[in-house]
Amino acid sequence: MKNNIFIIAKKEYKAYFLSPIAYVYLITFLVIVNWLFFRSFFLVGQADMRQFFGMMPWIFLFFVPAVAMSKWSEERKLGTLELLFTLPIRDIDIIIAKFLAGVGLIATALILTFPIAITVALVGNPDWGPIIGGYLGLLLLGGAYLSIGLMISSLTENQIIAFILGVFLCFIILIIGTPMVIGGTSNFITNILQYAGFTPHFDSISRGVVDSSDIVYYFSVMGLFLYINERILKGIARR
Amino acid sequence: MIHVEHLHKSFGSVHAVDDVSFEVSRGEVVGLLGPNGAGKTTTMRVITGYLSANEGLVSVDGVPVSEDGMETRQKIGYLPENSPLYLDMEVYEFLSYIARLRNVSAKKINRRIIEMIEICGLKSVIGRQAGKLSKGYRQRVGLAAAMIHKPPILILDEPTSGLDPNQIYEIRELIKNIGQERTVILSTHIMQEVEATCSRALIINSGKLVAHGTIDELLNRSGAHINYTVSIKATRRQIEERVTLLNNVNFGEWLTDELSEHQRLTLRCSDRTNHSEEIFNWAVKNAFILTELTHETTSLESVFRELTQN
Repeated sequence: MKNNIFIIAKKEYKAYFLSPIAYVYLITFLVIVNWLFFRSFFLVGQADMRQFFGMMPWIFLFFVPAVAMSKWSEERKLGTLELLFTLPIRDIDIIIAKFLAGVGLIATALILTFPIAITVALVGNPDWGPIIGGYLGLLLLGGAYLSIGLMISSLTENQIIAFILGVFLCFIILIIGTPMVIGGTSNFITNILQYAGFTPHFDSISRGVVDSSDIVYYFSVMGLFLYINERILKGIARR
Repeated sequence: MIHVEHLHKSFGSVHAVDDVSFEVSRGEVVGLLGPNGAGKTTTMRVITGYLSANEGLVSVDGVPVSEDGMETRQKIGYLPENSPLYLDMEVYEFLSYIARLRNVSAKKINRRIIEMIEICGLKSVIGRQAGKLSKGYRQRVGLAAAMIHKPPILILDEPTSGLDPNQIYEIRELIKNIGQERTVILSTHIMQEVEATCSRALIINSGKLVAHGTIDELLNRSGAHINYTVSIKATRRQIEERVTLLNNVNFGEWLTDELSEHQRLTLRCSDRTNHSEEIFNWAVKNAFILTELTHETTSLESVFRELTQN
């Protein structure tokens, strides 16, 4: 069973690189990230990556749904969904495998940003806590975005629709916990919004504070959307 | 081997399959016949575990099929309609991927792939990308993928649709060979396919099983008859007087007008034996000059039309 997850995840990860898409993603991603970071890094003159981690949720907002958009919609369009779901493999294993493949590509992208961290370390003496926490937070946030993107992707045969809806839903969850939305008041509803949104959880991890409740939050989000994904794939996606 | 009992499957208010029951025994090649949208694909999808039935029981080799039924899935090789493949994978890579997920042991994978290359004639395309193959080859790759784990049961959804006549012939030969040792269900809306490959047929229309049996049984059951077309150089009166002397052969209809020198008419006989000789002798006895005597059997095609026209 574990073995099946591994076989599918490996195939799905490799599939990114079979077409030029993965390279286009990664190069675009790195050029934009590096440009935005170094544009002000030398002006500000602070040897930390706070600014990097501040902008990454917004860049991921476009990058991660792009990673997820084709994962189910293509299977639906090509009809390979039928092939996949008549193999002697549990549905949930296939879903987890696709998720892990996407996490793999996100992790690859993050690893390729390490030169930024190295540059920061070369020119100054950064505090490593927030950097490690930041990367961990990004991986968790990326995973949460991914689970949303995959769920949306299973709803349609059209990749572009999957992408746009994915960006939109991630955006909503990203902003609901921010002061802009809850308006600085504190009541029952704003507390819920604050807990439900990505931003507060991400902020605390990227400050270097790895709280188990934040980790539980991210895993709950991933679990929830992967579960919905499974329900969709069992039901309406097979019509 | 495959047992389907009172199967119901509906999508919303549409009854795709409505109370279908049948049985397929080991080593049979059974054709699932019906017009487009009759419920063939849905029936197959339920047997393969892709869709779950609303009602009814489906079992494969004694084991009930459920959506999570790994055991029954392992026993089935399935070629979905239009043979979906991962278009950016190479054929070899694709077959080996499916083989691994089908629990073929790592040691045997290469041997199985080589066997499949042989059986399905994939030698020239094994290193090619699936997306660049012609439809015929895609179909063969799909068939190879369905058989890679040596399943005792093969379910093929329109295995020859969209192929040219040569490809159709090849795939049919392939199915005939496979069918010698395996249980095969194939769906089609082409009658000749059933006559060419299947030992038995199930005819489905609007989700209901309207007929089943061997090809001969189907032809007999539907009141099939043999039509003779006869031209006789005689007047209509003369023929009308004598035609009743024929046993088991009845007058059908006139094909020429009343006064023409040659009268052309059809004769029908309800049993399926050949009456040509009898008709010839009857003509000779009555001094009719016979200028044409052709016979045509009701084809499975007309049986199909009879049963499936709403």
